[in-house]
Order: sequence, then structure tokens, then C-alpha cells
Amino acid sequence: MNQDRIKEKLSEKFGPDVLQFETGAQMSVLVPPEKIIDMCLYLRDDPELKFDFLSFVGGVDLYPASPRFQIVYQVYSVPYTHRLRLKTRIDETEGNPACIESVCSVWMSANWHERETAEMFGIIFKDHPDPRKLLLPENWQVYPLRKDFPLMGTEEDTPDLPS
Amino acid sequence: MARDLSQRADNRSEIMEINLGPHHPSTHGVFRAIVEIDGEIVINCTPYLGYLHRGFEKTCENKKYHQIIPLTERCDYMGASSNSLAYCLTLEKMLDVEIPERAQVIRVIMAELSRIFSHLFWLGTHGHDVGAMTPLFYMLREREEIMNLFELTAGGRLMPNYIRIGGVAKDLEEGFIERLRAFTEHFDNRVDEYETLLTKNIIYIDRTKGIGVLPLEKAISLGVSGPMMRASGKAWDIRKSEPYCGYERYDFDVPVEYGCDVYSRYLVRVEEMRQSNRILKQAIKLLPEGPILAAAPGKIFPPQQDIYTKMESLIHHFMLVVEGVRLPHGDCYQTIESPRGELGCYIVSDGAPNPYRLKWRAPAFVNLQALPEMTRGCFFADLIAILSSIDIVLAEVDR
Repeated sequence: MNQDRIKEKLSEKFGPDVLQFETGAQMSVLVPPEKIIDMCLYLRDDPELKFDFLSFVGGVDLYPASPRFQIVYQVYSVPYTHRLRLKTRIDETEGNPACIESVCSVWMSANWHERETAEMFGIIFKDHPDPRKLLLPENWQVYPLRKDFPLMGTEEDTPDLPS
Repeated sequence: MARDLSQRADNRSEIMEINLGPHHPSTHGVFRAIVEIDGEIVINCTPYLGYLHRGFEKTCENKKYHQIIPLTERCDYMGASSNSLAYCLTLEKMLDVEIPERAQVIRVIMAELSRIFSHLFWLGTHGHDVGAMTPLFYMLREREEIMNLFELTAGGRLMPNYIRIGGVAKDLEEGFIERLRAFTEHFDNRVDEYETLLTKNIIYIDRTKGIGVLPLEKAISLGVSGPMMRASGKAWDIRKSEPYCGYERYDFDVPVEYGCDVYSRYLVRVEEMRQSNRILKQAIKLLPEGPILAAAPGKIFPPQQDIYTKMESLIHHFMLVVEGVRLPHGDCYQTIESPRGELGCYIVSDGAPNPYRLKWRAPAFVNLQALPEMTRGCFFADLIAILSSIDIVLAEVDR
């Protein structure tokens, strides 16, 4: 299915003002964070779209912009071989870490991707079935892929790194 | 049988936790799992990763685009050229440059050689994991030939670091094509030879058939790709569905098996080696003369000869080295079919000479997620066979 048809279908379902489309060689959709589960379920289950395969979930730190974080979901349809990128922006405030619904219930493959994104950016994925750290040491309180994290780490925060 | 045993109440014993790895020969690196077993039967398996985490993505954000190419090859060192190919294709898409014909074919040759290279080593170590010691020695023989080919033209044996943004590093060395032709001519017979070792070996079949079953719906939901997906009955190959590097011009089949088990994965990979060899033979015939780097001044390095003789080329070269290449604002996701599955590179650019964000979609990382699903209810010894059938490269899993 071509991009225009996907765009048409999504605008029809969610209303024209809710979503922002970036068209080009690869289309992406900016979704409000509260709509993410509805959106993913719709993309997966609609017989014309059938985005049944999640390539990855990743984060982008847009520091110092606000909202600070962008979560990217790259989805693919195995039967129709089309791709789509979902983006959503979330922010953190003092005492309130950035938070978004987990999509593990939609695609099982989101599990490790979300765990990695969570520990790297300090984002909480609500209702995640296994919210432990994945790659980093348990005792780290810092989020290395944030833009304000120094490349070499710091002695206090990351004592286990070689200096 | 294992599943039946685990469900009989009178066979229940106290559940024991066993630590597997991180330094265990069958984990192919530093993979660790806590396995809960009831007698011999696996109740649950919890992977623990991160022992080889090098902060690849963070490092990339702090390097110029050209400097990242060798880093990508260190992710999946078994199919090294696939990595730099995925990375360079992403950049070329963003820079919008056309790659010359000759470079395209050379890239296909390198990618297919690295696929055979990776599958050979997989087959050897997989045999080793299930107790067949012999195959490894045969596999290493052919693997050595491929390493010699890499060495001849690129210098590096394990990680050739040969693909560049806009083409390849230098033209093929004299004698490369002859040696490659000799390799492709005898390789099919060699694959037949490997098959005599395992395909009808009753011990091997007993160890692998019906083990580690992953139905197609589960495979799709878990994001499994590559040979594992094809062994679960879906002929999905990115070389066919979204061709890159001119793969649409090559005539090859996508092997598919419906057993969803370890044995099917073995069959798929063996057949893939034959198909890769088919592609190599066609690539040798197809290889045209011409430039090996795209001509895009200011974006792609000029040919070495021009730097010595043309002022503009020297300036472009200097600027690219000192300042790096600047990509337009935006983001791009490009995938290729690596030996392990969908290898993707997602780059966000803010116009600077280094990526604002680089996300590496490593196929082994995602495929490994299927391990707990596949091992539940199997024998502990089968866990090793299942783990090895995923074909993990820990450097890629942990990045």
C-alpha cells in the first residue's frame, strides 16, 4: 500500500488534526503519547495495514528542546512489505520522569527494545512486563544516551568504567 | 516428550536454578542465562546481557560519519561487510548519491562472501554444540579461503573494512576474480560434503528435530527475522522484498522450511550458502568496468589519483577529512538482509558532521529474545542446541 493511502486511513481513524505526517522517501507519523496504544493496535490489526512486525523502539534525546524525548517505533508489515515510522514526544519535569505506555502487549519484540531505551534515557514504560535494566550495571543511576551525559562518564556516577 | 514429563505431577521435583555463562563455551561469547530447571526440564530461562556492552551508539554520536564504518563492523564480526554496507546505504540514501555499477557488484560479492563466512562458522560451532566435533574442521577450511580473499583485496581478514560511503575503498586486487571463481566452482561440492556429515545423521536429527519450536505467529510478534523466520515457514528476505545494491538483477531462491525447529534452521542456512554461491557466480559474470566511488564532490571522497593531480579534488578531500560530511536534516531507516536477519540502521541528523542519534537494529539482539519462548519445557541439553540455532553474535547483541 502506498504512503498516501496509509495517511488517508490514519487521518480518517484518528482525525486530521491529531496526527502530524512527515512525508518523503520514508513516511513518519507524530502521534500524541496518550494515543500510542490505540495507534499501535490499529496498525497491527487493521486488515489493510497489518503492521505485524516491530523493527525497533528507540529513543532520541532532543535536549534542550521541550518536550525532551522522542520515542521512535519503526514498524513493518510482513504480508504487505510496507514500513512506517511512529514518533511520539514526551517530557520530564522535576520529580516526574518521562513516561509512556509500553507496547509489549501489541508486539512482544518491544520488550528488550523498551528496556534498553528505559535505561539509556531514563524513560518509564508503564505496564512493562519486565522493567529491569538490560545492558547496564544495576547500580547505575545515570542515563548514558542522554545528550548531557559526558562521553567518558564520571568517576562518581560510573565508577565501573575504565578511566 | 520433555513437555509431557514436565506436566506429570508425580515427576515434579524441587526447582533448581542454574547459572549458564557468561564464560561458557556454548554461549558464543559472554552471554549469561539463569535457567530454572525441574530435574532435566527447563521451566524458565532468563537471559542477562550487557557483558560486552561498549556503548556503540553513544560512541557513534561522537564520531564523524567516516569514522564510524570500522566501528559498525565490530558489531557483527562474523558478517562484517554486511554491517558497513547497512551503514553506508543509510548515509547514501540521506545524501542521495548514486553508486556506480561496479561498486554495487563488488558490494554484493563482499556481502555474499560474508554471508557464507558467517554461515560456515555457525554450522561448525553449531555442530560442536550438539556433539558433532568433525564439521568445524571442514568449515574452517573454506572459511580460511574466504579470509584469504578478504585479505587479498581489503587487507583485513575478519573485518575487511572495505565498504565506503559512496562505493568501496579501492578496486579489486589483481587475481581476486580468478580466486573467487575457483572458490565458487568447488564450493557447491563442499556444501554437499557438509551435508553428508549432518543432514541424514540420525544422532543429529534426534538432537534437533522438533526442538526449539517457534511457530510463525510467535516469530513475527517477537520480531524474529532472517533464517529463523524462514525456518518458521515465511519466505521473507529483504534482498527480495526491498532490494538494495541491485539484488533484483540476481537470480536466486529464498529457502524456506516449515519445521520451525532447530533442524529447519540448519537446512535453511545450508541452502542459503548454495544460493549465495549462485549469486557470487552471477556477480562475477556481471562485474562491469568503471569507477568504484560515486562522483559527488563534497560528499564522497574523490578518487586517490585525482587528489594528486587536481586542485579541487585535493580541497574536497581535505575538507572531508577535516570537517567531515554533512548530512541534511532528517532521519532515515535502512535495512539489509544480514546473515542473521533484518539489520537496520536508523540515523537522525541535525546537519552536523556526526550523527545526532544512531540506532542499530541488530538482528541477533532481537532474535535472542525468542530464547525463553523456545526453551520452555525442553531438556536442559536442548537449550544449548536452541541457543546455538539462533546464531547469536554477542558483540552485536550487546553493542
